[in-house]
Amino acid sequence: MEIKVALVGNPNVGKTSVFNTLTGLNQKTGNYPGITVDRKTGHTKINDTLRARIIDLPGIYSIQPSSRDEEVVLETLFDSHNTHYPDVVVVVTEVENLKRNLLLFTQVKDLGFPTVLAVNMADQLSVKGIRVDIDTMSENLGAEVVLISTRTGQGISELKEAIARYSAADTRPLLDLASVDKKYFGAMDYKGWLARSQGVTFEGVNVAEDTLSDADIKRLQQKETVKRYQLIGEVLKSSYTKDASIATGWQARADRLLTHRIWGYLIFFAIMLLVFQAIFSWSSIPMDWIDEKFAQLSAWISATLPEGKFTELLAEGVIPGIGGVVIFIPQIAILFMFIALLEESGYMSRVVFLMDKVMRPFGLNGKSVVPLISGVACAIPAIMSARNIENARERLITMLVTPFATCSARIPVYVIIISLVIPEQTVFGFIGLQGLVMTLMYFLGFLAALVGAWLLKKVIAVTAKSYLIIEMPPYRRPLVRNVLSTMIEKTRAFVEGAGKIILALSVLLWFLGSHGPAATFGKAEEVVTETFAGKNLSEDELQDEIEGYKLRNSYIGLLGSGIEPVFRPLGYDWKISIAVLTSFAAREVFVGNLATLYNIGSHGEEETRIVERMEQERRPDGSRMFDLATGVSLLLFYAFAMQCISTVAIMRRETNSWKWTLIQILFMTGLAYISAMLAYNFLK
Amino acid sequence: MKLHQLKPGQKAVVRHLEMDHLPMKLVEMGCFPGSEVELILKAPLGDPYYFRIDGMPLCIRKDMAMQVDVELLTHGIHGN
Repeated sequence: MEIKVALVGNPNVGKTSVFNTLTGLNQKTGNYPGITVDRKTGHTKINDTLRARIIDLPGIYSIQPSSRDEEVVLETLFDSHNTHYPDVVVVVTEVENLKRNLLLFTQVKDLGFPTVLAVNMADQLSVKGIRVDIDTMSENLGAEVVLISTRTGQGISELKEAIARYSAADTRPLLDLASVDKKYFGAMDYKGWLARSQGVTFEGVNVAEDTLSDADIKRLQQKETVKRYQLIGEVLKSSYTKDASIATGWQARADRLLTHRIWGYLIFFAIMLLVFQAIFSWSSIPMDWIDEKFAQLSAWISATLPEGKFTELLAEGVIPGIGGVVIFIPQIAILFMFIALLEESGYMSRVVFLMDKVMRPFGLNGKSVVPLISGVACAIPAIMSARNIENARERLITMLVTPFATCSARIPVYVIIISLVIPEQTVFGFIGLQGLVMTLMYFLGFLAALVGAWLLKKVIAVTAKSYLIIEMPPYRRPLVRNVLSTMIEKTRAFVEGAGKIILALSVLLWFLGSHGPAATFGKAEEVVTETFAGKNLSEDELQDEIEGYKLRNSYIGLLGSGIEPVFRPLGYDWKISIAVLTSFAAREVFVGNLATLYNIGSHGEEETRIVERMEQERRPDGSRMFDLATGVSLLLFYAFAMQCISTVAIMRRETNSWKWTLIQILFMTGLAYISAMLAYNFLK
Repeated sequence: MKLHQLKPGQKAVVRHLEMDHLPMKLVEMGCFPGSEVELILKAPLGDPYYFRIDGMPLCIRKDMAMQVDVELLTHGIHGN
């Protein structure tokens, strides 16, 4: 038998660690194309007869929603028809801020679920001078209480045992609503009150009919919340003590340093610089290695497999295409490692604190920093992370500008172009010029986001007052397991997501590139031989001319010349135009598609690395195709254009509006086109 | 006095919240009449403020702190 277990808890209590510990590798997640990610699910064995589906819900403070994250949790716990409606709820808390954590516990328990309280970070008890009397607490809360530590593995089997006893759980509410307002609440239960106060309706829940004003409702909510805290205070009085003499001095010192008016910002910029430099320099060795191996593989396939269409497809279409994705694994892994470290350590909240006042003039919120920084990994989870911004206008502006942040899909394009057009020099003795340009590209992304936000602020009307309430989680040493699992999960999602698109596109490109109308493509040899008759070409040269003619007259060549005029002002030939056009599905296919286009009709056996092949590409006048002007034009186009179907889909879902989704596409792509055109014509 | 008038290190007890101008979330985070607050530090640009409310860390903006009446408990050791 399988039961559904929901994990609920405040942010920063280690809920995801509990999820990882329980489910191990049995997770179904995906922050990439088309996969809806509100909740992560995984499976675990509770005991010999019982299995559980674990549902990890977003971290929240209260079941009364003030943000989209909280709405998701309320919907899951309120609607018995929801596919994730749980049999048991585990409320994850941590030893230090137990009081605040327990508010959510009392709310969840009062909804009538069998509820288990997991008090995480038990390994910190003695360090922090905290004593917890589990039995007394359990008795007073009317629920199973388990001390756990995801760091040491303590208490996990006890947690499973507690979950297994769910059918015997006490489901009576903790708070007697009549104590809040006897006359109003009368016989109303907590669900009915939530339905009334939150204006949500679900089958089986009766909404009270009354004439209360919004202010009345708010007054009752406040009273209810204070009553809950009083109740929690009573429970903790008899079961929880904290030795105030044990100070966490270094935490306070770290806060003073990291939020210092000079050091705070310097450290923040230094960390960002380190991240961007690392992405570029640490990954070059594994990348060269991967590039070489794929080139060898292509050559080996052409040499070994029998000649024919299938071998051509593999060696010229599929392998170079896949190689164009795999090569970026090192960079993406490094990037996600840094993002996970920033979040796990508690540093990200300090950045919110530092940046709130900086962001406000742009119509953003300190919390917008998190989407913008995670946007350098991928815009999809980043846009979703805007869900904890309470103010609708600030959330909308944040989502609209987040795709300007330099996401990992842009890295492939930047890396290739930069290595082609920016010389490999050092400036000031130790900063690599290529790395510096890469860093500039990141700043350009943020700058575009800020300017875009400022413009949007002018046009989007204010509907509600903006506020900021955030917790400052204690600094913690990041769990290697959590960082690794984030790294692996996101990198795998990138490879699988992009891999599928690449595979399909590379096959399509190869097909269109090696077929064409019979009248021209089919007669390539005759036409070329005739044209060059008497010009004394060698066999090889003639062969090259034939292949070139074929490619120009293939379907892809015809399509390319069709759209070339659109991109000509930006300095692109028809091959680049095709690669740019296909990038509108996903940016990272650019390199793979160029590799496929350049490989079609190549003489199979020779290994060519992508960069070398692009370096050799010439314009009709013999000059390098990828010169500075075209390179910068491409960099700017990819920096600004909205070229990601998945982001468009997620924007449509998160904004629930085609209008804003379209405005975003047009604004970003328009800016990209104009700036690329200006740059090309200026540098030409 | 109001919450935003605290100096770093000073402690006070919350007396009253102007709920017409404050979100419920503040109460849910543990700030309500009777809570003990301490100002830890202010952000470099003078806003937001970083408090401990009954020992639990919380940051809010100045305009919100201005809506909270408090009664001073002790004088800060290191005011700045």
